[in-house]
Amino acid sequence: MRRSALPAVVAGVVLLAGCAAPAPTAEPDALAGTVTVLAAASLAGPLDELAAAFEDTHPGVDVVISYGGSSALAEQIVSGSPVDVFFSANEATMATVADAGLAVDPEVLLTNVLQIAVPPGNPGGVTGLADFADADLTIALCDPAVPCGSAAEKLFAATGITPSADTLEEDVKAALTKVALGEVDAALVYVTDVIAAGDEVDGIEVPEAADAVNRYPIARLSGAPNADAAHAFVDLAASAAGIRFFTDAGFGTP
Amino acid sequence: MPASARRRTRRPGPVVTILAALGLALLVLPLLGLLLRAPWGELPRLLASTEVLQALGLSLLTASLSTLASLVLGIPLAVLLAHSVAWSVVPRRLLRAVITIPMVLPPVVGGIALLLLLGRRGVLGQWLAEVGVTLPFTTGAVVIAQTFVAMPFLVFAVEGALRSADRRSELAAASLGASRAQVFRLVTLPLVAPGIGAGAVLCFTRALGEFGATITFAGSFPGVTRTLPIASYLAMNSDPDTAIALALLLLAVSLAVLLALRDRWLPGVVR
Repeated sequence: MRRSALPAVVAGVVLLAGCAAPAPTAEPDALAGTVTVLAAASLAGPLDELAAAFEDTHPGVDVVISYGGSSALAEQIVSGSPVDVFFSANEATMATVADAGLAVDPEVLLTNVLQIAVPPGNPGGVTGLADFADADLTIALCDPAVPCGSAAEKLFAATGITPSADTLEEDVKAALTKVALGEVDAALVYVTDVIAAGDEVDGIEVPEAADAVNRYPIARLSGAPNADAAHAFVDLAASAAGIRFFTDAGFGTP
Repeated sequence: MPASARRRTRRPGPVVTILAALGLALLVLPLLGLLLRAPWGELPRLLASTEVLQALGLSLLTASLSTLASLVLGIPLAVLLAHSVAWSVVPRRLLRAVITIPMVLPPVVGGIALLLLLGRRGVLGQWLAEVGVTLPFTTGAVVIAQTFVAMPFLVFAVEGALRSADRRSELAAASLGASRAQVFRLVTLPLVAPGIGAGAVLCFTRALGEFGATITFAGSFPGVTRTLPIASYLAMNSDPDTAIALALLLLAVSLAVLLALRDRWLPGVVR
Protein backbone atom coordinates (compact mmCIF):
# COMPACT_ATOMS: atom_id res chain seq x y z
CA MET A 1 0.00 0.00 0.00
CA ARG A 2 2.62 2.49 1.04
CA ARG A 3 4.86 1.56 -1.79
CA SER A 4 2.15 2.54 -4.31
CA ALA A 5 2.34 6.10 -2.97
CA LEU A 6 5.91 6.34 -4.21
CA PRO A 7 5.40 8.28 -7.48
CA ALA A 8 3.37 10.96 -5.70
CA VAL A 9 6.03 11.34 -3.04
CA VAL A 10 8.76 11.55 -5.63
CA ALA A 11 6.85 14.11 -7.68
CA GLY A 12 6.45 16.27 -4.59
CA VAL A 13 10.09 15.91 -3.76
CA VAL A 14 11.15 16.88 -7.24
CA LEU A 15 8.97 19.99 -7.12
CA LEU A 16 10.61 21.01 -3.86
CA ALA A 17 14.06 20.26 -5.22
CA GLY A 18 13.25 22.27 -8.32
CA CYS A 19 12.30 25.29 -6.23
CA ALA A 20 15.59 25.19 -4.35
CA ALA A 21 17.76 24.76 -7.41
CA PRO A 22 19.17 27.59 -9.52
CA ALA A 23 17.18 28.83 -12.51
CA PRO A 24 16.82 26.93 -15.80
CA THR A 25 16.65 23.32 -14.52
CA ALA A 26 13.72 24.13 -12.24
CA GLU A 27 11.13 21.91 -13.89
CA PRO A 28 9.92 18.56 -12.54
CA ASP A 29 11.10 15.59 -14.60
CA ALA A 30 13.87 17.72 -15.99
CA LEU A 31 16.31 15.52 -14.10
CA ALA A 32 18.84 13.82 -16.32
CA GLY A 33 22.33 12.41 -16.36
CA THR A 34 24.02 10.18 -13.83
CA VAL A 35 23.79 10.15 -10.03
CA THR A 36 26.89 8.64 -8.47
CA VAL A 37 26.28 7.16 -5.03
CA LEU A 38 28.96 5.77 -2.72
CA ALA A 39 27.37 3.52 -0.12
CA ALA A 40 28.33 1.17 2.70
CA ALA A 41 28.44 -2.49 1.59
CA SER A 42 25.75 -3.43 4.13
CA LEU A 43 23.18 -1.29 2.25
CA ALA A 44 23.55 -3.22 -1.02
CA GLY A 45 20.21 -5.05 -1.46
CA PRO A 46 17.63 -2.42 -0.42
CA LEU A 47 19.60 0.48 -1.89
CA ASP A 48 19.58 -1.24 -5.29
CA GLU A 49 15.79 -1.47 -5.04
CA LEU A 50 15.56 2.18 -4.07
CA ALA A 51 17.75 3.13 -7.03
CA ALA A 52 15.54 1.12 -9.40
CA ALA A 53 12.45 2.91 -8.05
CA PHE A 54 14.19 6.26 -8.53
CA GLU A 55 15.10 5.41 -12.13
CA ASP A 56 11.49 4.35 -12.82
CA THR A 57 10.28 7.80 -11.75
CA HIS A 58 13.08 9.61 -13.56
CA PRO A 59 13.74 7.73 -16.79
CA GLY A 60 16.40 10.24 -17.77
CA VAL A 61 18.54 9.51 -14.72
CA ASP A 62 21.03 6.70 -14.35
CA VAL A 63 21.94 5.79 -10.76
CA VAL A 64 25.42 4.35 -10.36
CA ILE A 65 26.18 2.91 -6.92
CA SER A 66 29.61 1.91 -5.75
CA TYR A 67 29.61 -0.18 -2.56
CA GLY A 68 32.54 -0.54 -0.22
CA GLY A 69 33.81 -0.10 3.30
CA SER A 70 32.55 3.28 4.56
CA SER A 71 35.99 4.43 5.65
CA ALA A 72 37.55 3.70 2.28
CA LEU A 73 34.64 5.45 0.52
CA ALA A 74 35.03 8.53 2.73
CA GLU A 75 38.71 8.57 1.82
CA GLN A 76 37.80 8.51 -1.89
CA ILE A 77 35.45 11.47 -1.47
CA VAL A 78 37.98 13.52 0.51
CA SER A 79 40.57 12.73 -2.17
CA GLY A 80 38.33 14.44 -4.73
CA SER A 81 36.27 11.72 -6.45
CA PRO A 82 33.29 13.29 -8.31
CA VAL A 83 30.45 11.88 -6.19
CA ASP A 84 26.83 13.05 -5.71
CA VAL A 85 25.62 11.15 -2.65
CA PHE A 86 27.36 9.43 0.28
CA PHE A 87 25.47 6.87 2.40
CA SER A 88 27.70 5.74 5.25
CA ALA A 89 27.48 2.99 7.87
CA ASN A 90 28.54 5.21 10.76
CA GLU A 91 28.66 8.82 11.82
CA ALA A 92 32.42 8.91 12.28
CA THR A 93 33.10 8.30 8.59
CA MET A 94 30.46 10.86 7.60
CA ALA A 95 32.19 13.29 9.97
CA THR A 96 35.42 12.82 7.99
CA VAL A 97 33.62 14.05 4.88
CA ALA A 98 31.69 16.79 6.72
CA ASP A 99 34.89 18.07 8.38
CA ALA A 100 36.37 18.49 4.92
CA GLY A 101 33.38 20.74 4.13
CA LEU A 102 32.01 18.34 1.52
CA ALA A 103 28.78 16.93 3.03
CA VAL A 104 25.54 18.94 2.79
CA ASP A 105 23.03 18.37 5.64
CA PRO A 106 23.96 14.84 6.73
CA GLU A 107 20.97 13.06 8.22
CA VAL A 108 20.82 9.74 10.06
CA LEU A 109 18.21 7.62 8.28
CA LEU A 110 18.77 4.08 9.52
CA THR A 111 20.07 1.99 12.36
CA ASN A 112 21.49 -1.50 12.37
CA VAL A 113 22.31 -3.77 15.30
CA LEU A 114 24.92 -6.47 15.64
CA GLN A 115 23.91 -10.09 15.70
CA ILE A 116 25.86 -13.33 16.09
CA ALA A 117 26.10 -15.34 12.87
CA VAL A 118 26.84 -19.06 13.15
CA PRO A 119 27.04 -21.78 10.48
CA PRO A 120 23.74 -23.66 9.95
CA GLY A 121 23.17 -26.05 12.85
CA ASN A 122 25.51 -24.03 15.11
CA PRO A 123 28.34 -26.65 15.29
CA GLY A 124 30.22 -24.63 17.94
CA GLY A 125 27.18 -24.57 20.26
CA VAL A 126 27.31 -20.78 20.56
CA THR A 127 24.57 -19.32 22.76
CA GLY A 128 25.56 -15.72 23.36
CA LEU A 129 28.20 -13.03 23.43
CA ALA A 130 30.03 -14.69 26.36
CA ASP A 131 31.08 -17.55 24.06
CA PHE A 132 33.29 -15.10 22.14
CA ALA A 133 35.75 -15.31 25.06
CA ASP A 134 36.11 -19.08 24.54
CA ALA A 135 39.59 -19.70 23.09
CA ASP A 136 38.54 -23.14 21.84
CA LEU A 137 36.03 -21.67 19.42
CA THR A 138 37.13 -20.17 16.10
CA ILE A 139 35.87 -16.59 16.03
CA ALA A 140 35.83 -13.93 13.31
CA LEU A 141 35.33 -10.26 14.05
CA CYS A 142 35.58 -7.19 11.84
CA ASP A 143 38.75 -5.18 12.26
CA PRO A 144 38.22 -2.19 14.59
CA ALA A 145 39.27 0.06 11.66
CA VAL A 146 35.94 -0.63 9.87
CA PRO A 147 32.46 0.28 11.24
CA CYS A 148 31.26 -3.25 12.12
CA GLY A 149 34.52 -3.77 14.00
CA SER A 150 34.31 -0.52 15.92
CA ALA A 151 30.69 -1.33 16.85
CA ALA A 152 31.83 -4.77 18.09
CA GLU A 153 34.69 -3.22 20.04
CA LYS A 154 32.24 -0.86 21.78
CA LEU A 155 29.90 -3.74 22.55
CA PHE A 156 32.65 -5.85 24.10
CA ALA A 157 33.93 -2.90 26.11
CA ALA A 158 30.40 -2.24 27.42
CA THR A 159 29.83 -5.87 28.38
CA GLY A 160 33.30 -6.48 29.83
CA ILE A 161 33.88 -9.50 27.57
CA THR A 162 37.37 -9.97 26.12
CA PRO A 163 36.88 -11.70 22.76
CA SER A 164 39.37 -14.35 21.67
CA ALA A 165 39.24 -13.67 17.93
CA ASP A 166 41.13 -15.76 15.39
CA THR A 167 40.81 -13.26 12.57
CA LEU A 168 39.90 -9.59 12.20
CA GLU A 169 38.27 -9.30 8.80
CA GLU A 170 38.48 -6.33 6.44
CA ASP A 171 34.70 -6.00 6.09
CA VAL A 172 31.46 -7.50 7.29
CA LYS A 173 30.88 -9.59 4.13
CA ALA A 174 34.29 -11.26 4.52
CA ALA A 175 33.40 -12.22 8.10
CA LEU A 176 30.05 -13.58 6.93
CA THR A 177 31.67 -15.64 4.14
CA LYS A 178 33.88 -17.37 6.71
CA VAL A 179 30.73 -18.29 8.68
CA ALA A 180 28.89 -19.51 5.59
CA LEU A 181 31.85 -21.74 4.67
CA GLY A 182 31.88 -23.16 8.21
CA GLU A 183 35.46 -22.01 8.78
CA VAL A 184 34.58 -20.13 11.96
CA ASP A 185 32.14 -21.05 14.73
CA ALA A 186 30.77 -17.53 15.08
CA ALA A 187 31.13 -13.97 13.86
CA LEU A 188 29.63 -10.70 14.96
CA VAL A 189 27.89 -9.05 11.97
CA TYR A 190 24.85 -6.89 11.32
CA VAL A 191 21.36 -8.34 11.63
CA THR A 192 20.73 -7.19 8.02
CA ASP A 193 23.64 -9.35 6.83
CA VAL A 194 22.22 -12.38 8.62
CA ILE A 195 18.83 -11.78 6.95
CA ALA A 196 20.42 -11.24 3.52
CA ALA A 197 22.44 -14.46 3.83
CA GLY A 198 19.20 -16.48 4.08
CA ASP A 199 19.74 -20.08 5.18
CA GLU A 200 23.51 -19.96 4.64
CA VAL A 201 23.93 -18.80 8.24
CA ASP A 202 21.88 -18.83 11.44
CA GLY A 203 21.45 -15.70 13.55
CA ILE A 204 21.53 -15.43 17.33
CA GLU A 205 20.17 -12.23 18.85
CA VAL A 206 22.40 -10.23 21.15
CA PRO A 207 20.26 -8.41 23.76
CA GLU A 208 23.29 -6.34 24.84
CA ALA A 209 23.67 -4.97 21.30
CA ALA A 210 20.64 -2.71 21.61
CA ASP A 211 22.94 -0.19 23.31
CA ALA A 212 25.50 -0.26 20.50
CA VAL A 213 23.47 0.46 17.39
CA ASN A 214 25.16 1.63 14.20
CA ARG A 215 23.69 4.78 12.72
CA TYR A 216 23.65 5.31 8.94
CA PRO A 217 23.81 8.95 7.78
CA ILE A 218 23.19 10.05 4.19
CA ALA A 219 24.29 13.33 2.61
CA ARG A 220 24.55 14.90 -0.79
CA LEU A 221 27.95 16.35 -1.49
CA SER A 222 28.76 20.01 -2.02
CA GLY A 223 30.79 19.16 -5.12
CA ALA A 224 28.04 16.98 -6.59
CA PRO A 225 28.28 17.01 -10.42
CA ASN A 226 24.51 16.42 -10.59
CA ALA A 227 23.23 18.45 -7.63
CA ASP A 228 19.51 18.43 -8.52
CA ALA A 229 19.30 14.69 -8.97
CA ALA A 230 21.40 14.15 -5.84
CA HIS A 231 18.91 16.25 -3.89
CA ALA A 232 15.97 14.26 -5.27
CA PHE A 233 17.70 10.96 -4.52
CA VAL A 234 18.42 11.85 -0.89
CA ASP A 235 14.86 13.09 -0.42
CA LEU A 236 13.45 9.84 -1.80
CA ALA A 237 15.70 7.80 0.50
CA ALA A 238 14.48 9.83 3.48
CA SER A 239 10.79 9.55 2.53
CA ALA A 240 8.51 6.98 4.17
CA ALA A 241 8.40 5.00 0.93
CA GLY A 242 12.19 5.07 0.68
CA ILE A 243 12.78 3.99 4.27
CA ARG A 244 10.41 1.08 3.74
CA PHE A 245 12.91 -0.64 1.41
CA PHE A 246 15.41 -0.68 4.25
CA THR A 247 13.11 -1.68 7.11
CA ASP A 248 11.99 -4.63 4.97
CA ALA A 249 15.64 -5.74 4.89
CA GLY A 250 16.01 -5.59 8.68
CA PHE A 251 17.21 -2.03 9.25
CA GLY A 252 15.75 0.08 12.05
CA THR A 253 15.05 3.79 12.13
CA PRO A 254 16.47 6.24 14.69
CA MET B 1 79.30 -5.98 -22.15
CA PRO B 2 81.84 -6.34 -24.97
CA ALA B 3 81.94 -3.54 -27.57
CA SER B 4 80.83 -5.83 -30.40
CA ALA B 5 77.60 -6.71 -28.54
CA ARG B 6 76.89 -3.03 -27.87
CA ARG B 7 77.29 -2.14 -31.55
CA ARG B 8 74.77 -4.80 -32.58
CA THR B 9 71.83 -3.13 -30.70
CA ARG B 10 70.45 -0.31 -32.86
CA ARG B 11 69.17 2.89 -31.30
CA PRO B 12 65.36 2.79 -30.97
CA GLY B 13 63.42 5.23 -33.18
CA PRO B 14 61.42 8.22 -31.91
CA VAL B 15 58.03 6.42 -31.78
CA VAL B 16 59.47 3.57 -29.73
CA THR B 17 61.24 6.03 -27.44
CA ILE B 18 58.06 8.09 -26.82
CA LEU B 19 55.88 5.02 -26.14
CA ALA B 20 58.57 3.54 -23.92
CA ALA B 21 58.72 6.80 -21.95
CA LEU B 22 54.94 6.76 -21.50
CA GLY B 23 55.07 3.13 -20.40
CA LEU B 24 57.80 3.90 -17.93
CA ALA B 25 55.84 6.92 -16.64
CA LEU B 26 52.81 4.71 -16.02
CA LEU B 27 54.95 2.37 -13.95
CA VAL B 28 56.95 4.98 -12.07
CA LEU B 29 54.66 8.00 -11.55
CA PRO B 30 52.23 6.31 -9.11
CA LEU B 31 55.20 5.38 -6.94
CA LEU B 32 56.39 8.98 -7.21
CA GLY B 33 52.94 10.05 -5.99
CA LEU B 34 53.38 7.78 -3.01
CA LEU B 35 56.79 9.31 -2.28
CA LEU B 36 55.47 12.88 -2.60
CA ARG B 37 52.45 12.23 -0.37
CA ALA B 38 54.50 10.34 2.23
CA PRO B 39 54.53 11.80 5.75
CA TRP B 40 58.34 11.84 5.89
CA GLY B 41 58.58 13.66 9.23
CA GLU B 42 56.23 11.19 10.88
CA LEU B 43 57.82 8.16 9.25
CA PRO B 44 60.22 7.08 12.03
CA ARG B 45 57.41 7.19 14.59
CA LEU B 46 54.91 5.40 12.31
CA LEU B 47 57.36 2.67 11.32
CA ALA B 48 58.60 2.04 14.87
CA SER B 49 55.16 0.97 16.11
CA THR B 50 54.77 -2.61 17.32
CA GLU B 51 52.08 -3.33 14.74
CA VAL B 52 54.31 -2.32 11.83
CA LEU B 53 57.35 -4.21 13.10
CA GLN B 54 55.18 -7.26 13.75
CA ALA B 55 53.77 -7.14 10.22
CA LEU B 56 57.26 -6.65 8.73
CA GLY B 57 58.69 -9.58 10.68
CA LEU B 58 55.80 -11.81 9.70
CA SER B 59 56.05 -10.79 6.04
CA LEU B 60 59.80 -11.49 5.87
CA LEU B 61 59.36 -14.86 7.62
CA THR B 62 56.44 -16.07 5.51
CA ALA B 63 57.86 -14.83 2.19
CA SER B 64 61.17 -16.60 2.97
CA LEU B 65 59.41 -19.83 3.89
CA SER B 66 57.22 -19.77 0.80
CA THR B 67 60.27 -19.07 -1.39
CA LEU B 68 61.97 -22.07 0.22
CA ALA B 69 58.87 -24.23 -0.37
CA SER B 70 58.74 -22.98 -3.97
CA LEU B 71 62.39 -23.95 -4.51
CA VAL B 72 61.90 -27.45 -3.08
CA LEU B 73 58.71 -28.14 -5.05
CA GLY B 74 59.13 -25.73 -7.98
CA ILE B 75 62.52 -26.85 -9.35
CA PRO B 76 61.36 -30.48 -9.82
CA LEU B 77 58.15 -29.11 -11.36
CA ALA B 78 60.26 -26.99 -13.74
CA VAL B 79 62.27 -30.10 -14.70
CA LEU B 80 59.01 -31.93 -15.45
CA LEU B 81 57.71 -28.96 -17.44
CA ALA B 82 60.93 -28.75 -19.48
CA HIS B 83 60.68 -32.46 -20.25
CA SER B 84 57.02 -32.14 -21.24
CA VAL B 85 58.11 -30.94 -24.72
CA ALA B 86 58.43 -34.63 -25.51
CA TRP B 87 54.79 -35.32 -24.49
CA SER B 88 51.77 -35.28 -26.77
CA VAL B 89 50.06 -31.94 -27.20
CA VAL B 90 47.11 -32.20 -24.76
CA PRO B 91 48.90 -33.17 -21.52
CA ARG B 92 51.75 -30.81 -22.41
CA ARG B 93 49.48 -27.78 -22.76
CA LEU B 94 47.38 -28.85 -19.77
CA LEU B 95 50.41 -28.95 -17.49
CA ARG B 96 51.52 -25.51 -18.65
CA ALA B 97 48.00 -24.08 -18.23
CA VAL B 98 47.61 -25.52 -14.73
CA ILE B 99 50.89 -23.93 -13.62
CA THR B 100 49.90 -20.59 -15.21
CA ILE B 101 46.46 -20.41 -13.57
CA PRO B 102 47.57 -19.07 -10.15
CA MET B 103 49.28 -16.17 -12.00
CA VAL B 104 46.10 -15.06 -13.77
CA LEU B 105 43.45 -16.07 -11.22
CA PRO B 106 42.20 -13.26 -8.95
CA PRO B 107 44.06 -14.11 -5.72
CA VAL B 108 40.83 -13.90 -3.68
CA VAL B 109 39.44 -16.75 -5.79
CA GLY B 110 42.65 -18.67 -5.12
CA GLY B 111 42.05 -18.11 -1.41
CA ILE B 112 38.49 -19.44 -1.64
CA ALA B 113 39.77 -22.47 -3.55
CA LEU B 114 42.34 -23.12 -0.81
CA LEU B 115 39.58 -22.84 1.82
CA LEU B 116 37.42 -25.31 -0.08
CA LEU B 117 40.34 -27.75 -0.18
CA LEU B 118 42.11 -27.21 3.14
CA GLY B 119 39.50 -25.46 5.31
CA ARG B 120 37.82 -27.15 8.26
CA ARG B 121 35.09 -28.43 5.99
CA GLY B 122 37.33 -28.74 2.94
CA VAL B 123 37.94 -31.86 0.87
CA LEU B 124 41.31 -32.55 2.54
CA GLY B 125 40.77 -30.25 5.51
CA GLN B 126 38.13 -32.57 7.01
CA TRP B 127 40.73 -35.33 7.37
CA LEU B 128 43.28 -32.89 8.76
CA ALA B 129 40.71 -31.65 11.30
CA GLU B 130 40.18 -35.23 12.47
CA VAL B 131 43.84 -35.57 13.35
CA GLY B 132 43.75 -32.19 15.06
CA VAL B 133 45.27 -29.99 12.34
CA THR B 134 43.37 -26.86 11.27
CA LEU B 135 45.18 -24.67 8.78
CA PRO B 136 43.01 -21.54 8.31
CA PHE B 137 43.98 -18.59 10.52
CA THR B 138 47.51 -19.91 11.09
CA THR B 139 50.89 -18.64 9.87
CA GLY B 140 51.18 -21.93 7.95
CA ALA B 141 48.12 -20.92 5.95
CA VAL B 142 49.85 -17.65 4.99
CA VAL B 143 52.83 -19.64 3.66
CA ILE B 144 50.55 -21.97 1.68
CA ALA B 145 48.62 -19.05 0.16
CA GLN B 146 51.83 -17.23 -0.78
CA THR B 147 53.39 -20.40 -2.24
CA PHE B 148 50.26 -21.02 -4.32
CA VAL B 149 50.46 -17.57 -5.85
CA ALA B 150 54.25 -17.15 -6.12
CA MET B 151 55.62 -20.59 -7.11
CA PRO B 152 54.64 -20.36 -10.81
CA PHE B 153 57.02 -17.39 -11.21
CA LEU B 154 59.90 -19.59 -10.06
CA VAL B 155 58.78 -22.57 -12.14
CA PHE B 156 58.72 -20.58 -15.38
CA ALA B 157 62.06 -18.86 -14.71
CA VAL B 158 63.77 -22.18 -14.01
CA GLU B 159 62.06 -23.93 -16.92
CA GLY B 160 63.24 -21.19 -19.29
CA ALA B 161 66.79 -21.62 -18.04
CA LEU B 162 66.59 -25.42 -18.33
CA ARG B 163 65.35 -25.29 -21.90
CA SER B 164 68.06 -22.91 -23.06
CA ALA B 165 70.85 -24.69 -21.16
CA ASP B 166 73.40 -26.46 -23.30
CA ARG B 167 72.50 -30.14 -23.06
CA ARG B 168 75.91 -31.29 -24.36
CA SER B 169 77.62 -30.83 -20.98
CA GLU B 170 75.04 -33.15 -19.43
CA LEU B 171 75.59 -35.73 -22.14
CA ALA B 172 79.34 -35.48 -21.72
CA ALA B 173 79.08 -35.96 -17.94
CA ALA B 174 76.80 -38.96 -18.41
CA SER B 175 79.16 -40.54 -20.95
CA LEU B 176 81.99 -40.15 -18.43
CA GLY B 177 80.04 -42.32 -15.99
CA ALA B 178 78.18 -39.76 -13.83
CA SER B 179 74.89 -40.97 -12.35
CA ARG B 180 71.64 -39.08 -13.05
CA ALA B 181 71.76 -37.49 -9.61
CA GLN B 182 75.39 -36.45 -10.13
CA VAL B 183 74.63 -34.94 -13.52
CA PHE B 184 71.74 -32.94 -12.08
CA ARG B 185 73.66 -31.73 -9.02
CA LEU B 186 77.08 -31.07 -10.62
CA VAL B 187 76.14 -30.00 -14.17
CA THR B 188 72.48 -29.05 -14.59
CA LEU B 189 71.99 -27.07 -11.37
CA PRO B 190 75.07 -24.83 -11.85
CA LEU B 191 74.01 -24.25 -15.49
CA VAL B 192 70.55 -23.02 -14.48
CA ALA B 193 71.62 -21.27 -11.26
CA PRO B 194 70.93 -17.78 -12.71
CA GLY B 195 67.42 -18.92 -13.64
CA ILE B 196 66.86 -20.28 -10.15
CA GLY B 197 68.16 -17.03 -8.65
CA ALA B 198 65.91 -14.89 -10.83
CA GLY B 199 62.94 -17.14 -10.12
CA ALA B 200 63.55 -17.07 -6.38
CA VAL B 201 63.74 -13.26 -6.37
CA LEU B 202 60.49 -12.92 -8.34
CA CYS B 203 58.87 -15.53 -6.14
CA PHE B 204 59.97 -13.79 -2.94
CA THR B 205 58.78 -10.34 -4.02
CA ARG B 206 55.46 -11.73 -5.26
CA ALA B 207 54.98 -13.57 -1.94
CA LEU B 208 55.86 -10.39 -0.05
CA GLY B 209 53.13 -8.46 -1.87
CA GLU B 210 50.51 -11.22 -1.65
CA PHE B 211 47.17 -9.98 -0.30
CA GLY B 212 43.97 -11.55 -1.64
CA ALA B 213 44.65 -15.25 -1.23
CA THR B 214 46.19 -14.65 2.18
CA ILE B 215 43.35 -12.60 3.66
CA THR B 216 40.78 -15.05 2.30
CA PHE B 217 42.46 -18.29 3.32
CA ALA B 218 44.50 -17.27 6.37
CA GLY B 219 42.48 -14.32 7.67
CA SER B 220 44.06 -11.34 9.34
CA PHE B 221 45.29 -11.33 12.91
CA PRO B 222 48.20 -9.21 14.19
CA GLY B 223 51.36 -11.26 14.65
CA VAL B 224 49.84 -14.45 13.23
CA THR B 225 48.47 -13.79 9.75
CA ARG B 226 48.47 -10.01 9.26
CA THR B 227 51.27 -9.40 6.75
CA LEU B 228 52.45 -5.98 5.52
CA PRO B 229 50.03 -5.68 2.56
CA ILE B 230 47.05 -6.58 4.76
CA ALA B 231 48.15 -4.17 7.49
CA SER B 232 48.53 -1.48 4.83
CA TYR B 233 45.06 -2.12 3.37
CA LEU B 234 43.40 -2.04 6.81
CA ALA B 235 45.28 1.10 7.81
CA MET B 236 43.88 2.80 4.68
CA ASN B 237 40.47 2.61 6.39
CA SER B 238 41.45 4.55 9.48
CA ASP B 239 44.89 6.04 9.11
CA PRO B 240 46.11 6.75 5.55
CA ASP B 241 49.50 8.01 6.78
CA THR B 242 50.26 4.64 8.36
CA ALA B 243 49.02 2.90 5.20
CA ILE B 244 51.44 4.95 3.09
CA ALA B 245 54.27 4.30 5.54
CA LEU B 246 53.59 0.55 5.31
CA ALA B 247 53.47 0.71 1.52
CA LEU B 248 56.83 2.53 1.46
CA LEU B 249 58.29 -0.15 3.72
CA LEU B 250 57.04 -2.88 1.37
CA LEU B 251 58.47 -0.98 -1.59
CA ALA B 252 61.83 -0.50 0.14
CA VAL B 253 62.15 -4.19 1.02
CA SER B 254 61.25 -5.28 -2.53
CA LEU B 255 63.66 -2.76 -4.08
CA ALA B 256 66.45 -3.80 -1.72
CA VAL B 257 66.01 -7.44 -2.70
CA LEU B 258 65.90 -6.66 -6.42
CA LEU B 259 68.89 -4.31 -6.32
CA ALA B 260 70.99 -6.63 -4.17
CA LEU B 261 71.12 -9.11 -7.03
CA ARG B 262 73.28 -8.83 -10.08
CA ASP B 263 71.79 -7.68 -13.37
CA ARG B 264 71.81 -11.05 -15.00
CA TRP B 265 69.67 -12.48 -12.20
CA LEU B 266 66.87 -10.07 -12.87
CA PRO B 267 63.88 -11.16 -14.97
CA GLY B 268 64.30 -10.64 -18.68
CA VAL B 269 68.09 -10.91 -18.63
CA VAL B 270 68.12 -14.60 -17.87
CA ARG B 271 70.25 -16.35 -20.45
